[in-house]
Amino acid sequence: MDNELIVIDNAVVSYREDIALRGVSLKVSKGEFVGIIGPNGAGKTTLLTVVNGLGKLLEGKVRVLGHYLTPGNGHSLRKRVGYVPQVQNIDPRMPICVREVVMIGRYGILGLFRRPGKSDYEIVDEALELVGMSHLTQRPIGHLSGGELQRVSIARALAQQPELLLLDEPTASLDWKAQSDILELVKMIHNTRSLTTLFVTHDLSCLPVTCDRVVLMKEGIIWGEGSPGELLTDDNLSRLYDMPVSVVQSRREKAVPVHQ
Amino acid sequence: MDFSIFGYQFMQNAILSAFLGGIACATIGVFVVLMHMPFIGVCMSHAAFAGALLGLWLGFNPLVGAFGLSLLSAAIIGPLADRGELSPETSIGVIFSLMLGLAFLFMGLMPGTKSGALELLWGSILTNTRSDIMLLGIVAVVVVALVFLFFKEIQATIFNRDTALAVGIPAALFLYGILFLTGATITASLRSIGGLLIFSLILNPAAAAYQLTYNMKKMFLLSAAFGVLSGWVGLLFSYLFNAPSGATIVVTSSVIFLIAAIFSPKRKVKGWRSQPLQEEQP
Repeated sequence: MDNELIVIDNAVVSYREDIALRGVSLKVSKGEFVGIIGPNGAGKTTLLTVVNGLGKLLEGKVRVLGHYLTPGNGHSLRKRVGYVPQVQNIDPRMPICVREVVMIGRYGILGLFRRPGKSDYEIVDEALELVGMSHLTQRPIGHLSGGELQRVSIARALAQQPELLLLDEPTASLDWKAQSDILELVKMIHNTRSLTTLFVTHDLSCLPVTCDRVVLMKEGIIWGEGSPGELLTDDNLSRLYDMPVSVVQSRREKAVPVHQ
Repeated sequence: MDFSIFGYQFMQNAILSAFLGGIACATIGVFVVLMHMPFIGVCMSHAAFAGALLGLWLGFNPLVGAFGLSLLSAAIIGPLADRGELSPETSIGVIFSLMLGLAFLFMGLMPGTKSGALELLWGSILTNTRSDIMLLGIVAVVVVALVFLFFKEIQATIFNRDTALAVGIPAALFLYGILFLTGATITASLRSIGGLLIFSLILNPAAAAYQLTYNMKKMFLLSAAFGVLSGWVGLLFSYLFNAPSGATIVVTSSVIFLIAAIFSPKRKVKGWRSQPLQEEQP
């Protein structure tokens, strides 16, 4: 049984006309919770797109869930990977309700010509229950707040019954209560399902302390990797974010730790 | 009132054409409205128009030319919009202006009278032949069948292309499919409704349905119903007031939209008087 779900070997990846990843290597084992942090433009999102079979690989090898990344064949991989993006802009009048949006998570797995059956509705309702959105299942999606939208996004990813969960700045642009709620939720999901999880953020206070491992990224390379305690020193962070150590210290003191 | 007119073959053809064209155009309209690409309708109808003129000029079947150019524009707009290099509206605008230019070019180069060309611009549902109806029928059946068969993929793609892609749906394929379907529908309706007027028959019924429901299935059904209603009521007014049928159909569809907008529940605050405005503080 292969225990390494993600093996990225010296990947060079382009994003539009730029090189977003310059020779990145990373291995993630089954059940791990990996936090990826770094400033904006570090290549964190590109790393996730590579894992999700969407990146443009110029060099190196990427294997995810036994799939080798080649252009245009990622659809079967993506059915097995749950992806939660940043809060999306949604047309407030879009004629689709919360339950239907979560059901979209089942659509890829169902495949063409098959309609959702009873078991699919059970999976969807269970996911909605888990993220605490059972009371709003019939609400039009455009009527939700940012925090509620992220819960629905997470429920949709869970409805895929994924083997891998990718979260791309899921708490960006949320208020601090909603941020901490989403972090609690992600932590709870990881703990109850031991789902392999990659969590990307630029904001240190939004990194769940449940992380088994932290990956620091900057300018398209992996800059450091290790346990959160060892790696997240004021010194490292000051170099990662190009800020004086004193500023980092004062910011970290002010930041309210979300999980302690 | 004398309704014996409805016994005539040409009127029956027109009623059937309005039914089939209304369903096809209004269904396409739901895509157009929900994907925020309203001008795809104008763009495609001008592409079809230019293609038909090319056929008239060079002496081959205008319908073939119309299909060719509208499908070609779909094939260009799709990748342009999909890769995100340009916003969809910009790529549609670029193709639209090209098609308009080509239409003028072909019209200028065409020898003889231009009456055939103008007829395509205004449409003439009252002179529809059996073969026109066959074509409309085929397109209407294909459009409805595809929406029915691929509803969940279409729903996901319309909701959000990135989300559809992330759950393993080939979203680009469905986007291109929707664009091709739009081109085919517009081409098939060109002769009946006319290049200029078809835009409103695509947009108005769907925009009206959009005002009234938060359910995508209902939106498809309502839109189709409004499309057919626009065609039939428009035909009736055309007969009663001896007015051009294309114009009365368009005006009717606009009135339906206006009524839907006025009665839209989406603009009203639901029952706020029945609930206390402030919850008790704990």
